[in-house]
Amino acid sequence: MSTWDWQVFCKDTTGGEVVAGCFGKGGDITYLDWLFSAWGWTLSVSALALLVALVLGSVMGILRTTPHRGLVLLGNAWTELFRNIPLLVQIFLWYHVVPALFPFLRGVPSFLLVVMGLGLFTSARISEQVRAGIQSLPRGQQMAGLAMGFTLPQTYRHVLLPMAYRIVIPPLTSESMNIIKNSSVAFAVSISELTLFALQAQEETSRGIEVYLAVTGLYFVSAFAINRVALFVENRVRVPGMIGGGGH
Amino acid sequence: MIRRTTLVASIALATLSLPVLAQEGTLKKIKDSGTATMGVRESSGGLSFTLGDGKFAGFHVELCQRALADVQKQLGLAKLDIKYQPVTSQNRIPLVQNGTVDIECGSTTNNATRQKDVSFAVTTYVEEVRIGVKANSGITSIGQLNGKNVATTTGTTSVQHLRKHERGTGVDFKEVFGKDHADSFLLLESGRADAFVMDGQILAGNIAKSKSPGDFKIVGEVLSVEPIAIMVRKDDPAFKKAVDDSLMAMMKSGEMAKIYDKWFMQPIPPTNTKIGLTASEATKAAWASPNDKPMEDYAKK
Repeated sequence: MSTWDWQVFCKDTTGGEVVAGCFGKGGDITYLDWLFSAWGWTLSVSALALLVALVLGSVMGILRTTPHRGLVLLGNAWTELFRNIPLLVQIFLWYHVVPALFPFLRGVPSFLLVVMGLGLFTSARISEQVRAGIQSLPRGQQMAGLAMGFTLPQTYRHVLLPMAYRIVIPPLTSESMNIIKNSSVAFAVSISELTLFALQAQEETSRGIEVYLAVTGLYFVSAFAINRVALFVENRVRVPGMIGGGGH
Repeated sequence: MIRRTTLVASIALATLSLPVLAQEGTLKKIKDSGTATMGVRESSGGLSFTLGDGKFAGFHVELCQRALADVQKQLGLAKLDIKYQPVTSQNRIPLVQNGTVDIECGSTTNNATRQKDVSFAVTTYVEEVRIGVKANSGITSIGQLNGKNVATTTGTTSVQHLRKHERGTGVDFKEVFGKDHADSFLLLESGRADAFVMDGQILAGNIAKSKSPGDFKIVGEVLSVEPIAIMVRKDDPAFKKAVDDSLMAMMKSGEMAKIYDKWFMQPIPPTNTKIGLTASEATKAAWASPNDKPMEDYAKK
């Protein structure tokens, strides 16, 4: 459409003048600078939350498949707690309620609280996938490992997990892409990520279509990049003859 | 057979539209349908807010109700249904443009960019952007905001004025965005932000509603002056004139000041608290000489 105005990104956020080269100089910020900074926040929140989610989700998922009832209970409780509360509510709990209950958390930046909120929410989903992956293996695998003289942790490390993780790579990929998209809730607690940028910049510039298109593009690029990386990993670790190992 | 029906229908339509040829656009739409859709805000201080249960009230809502009553008289309608459509800062302009909303009675700043898309009735309220702080913070001016966290609401333009000041005076502060006014005020209340930069009446309203209003105060220079006006469709001079005439009659008769007093100086529902904000000199000036000048014209003075 002829009415589009992509120059909007070259505008200075203070005066609204178009800056040559589109990037602000000497402390001035253009909307393009702001867009990239917002993208950076989205990626940082997502990456750290994904790290938290993968570590805790794996631990909890593994606990749920062990023969110890106490550990299974802990894993189940964790998973049900974090997946039965809406994400936005969890973020608000971390941001408003937790610091009120534990005063020492008041100094913690909201960025870290959001990372914890998003990470724990996703860890419940990952725990479910890891459990499913392990339980999809024949029970004889674990027994064989133990019969070979492996301890339980060794059985997990050398027998069960290498196969289980290969099986759950596809759902884990979806979950990692979801984290990028779910990170948009961070705007509700004042993280200046892409969604907040979109809401604020479209109001300041009155160029909503351009702003939302750019933000949509960046979300797509980010999620799609994760998809490609995961596909690369999936192909690299593929073992012929195993589930998903090709030959079909 | 079909062709004849079409012919009859088009003749009927042509005769029907003849008497109303003089009226076009919104006035015609209101006359034909017997309804008008008013765009309202869920929470825009005393200007426009919800009472819950699909009911809306406020200074601008009442002005619109009176203006629509005058429109009804002008059109000679026996009955006019007013439908209330809640709008947000993001969708209010598109909804007025596409005809969903006939008259927007919220807290929209009349500025030059928006005048490209919509028209504004005469300015009925002049907003001053101020700084709200905790009373014990010791902050009394913009200069003291150096290194502080400053809250503002996503989707408002208040922070742009502060940025301008920032560049002018070398004051360096961090912007924190609340998702709505209540959230921004919570940022100030909980200490996550040291100041809340927003329209004076919204600050006053939030302070009035807080647990201990004495703990907060409004300080500092006026960061910007913004004419707030009722919004109507662009290129519809007949409807704009009908609304303007009604508003100007209220300004002249002193009715406007009475309605202002009702919403800003007296206890208002739903909590029966007072906003307690007297009409500013700029607002009184706008009533004395009605105009629809955009914000840019105020800045020049």
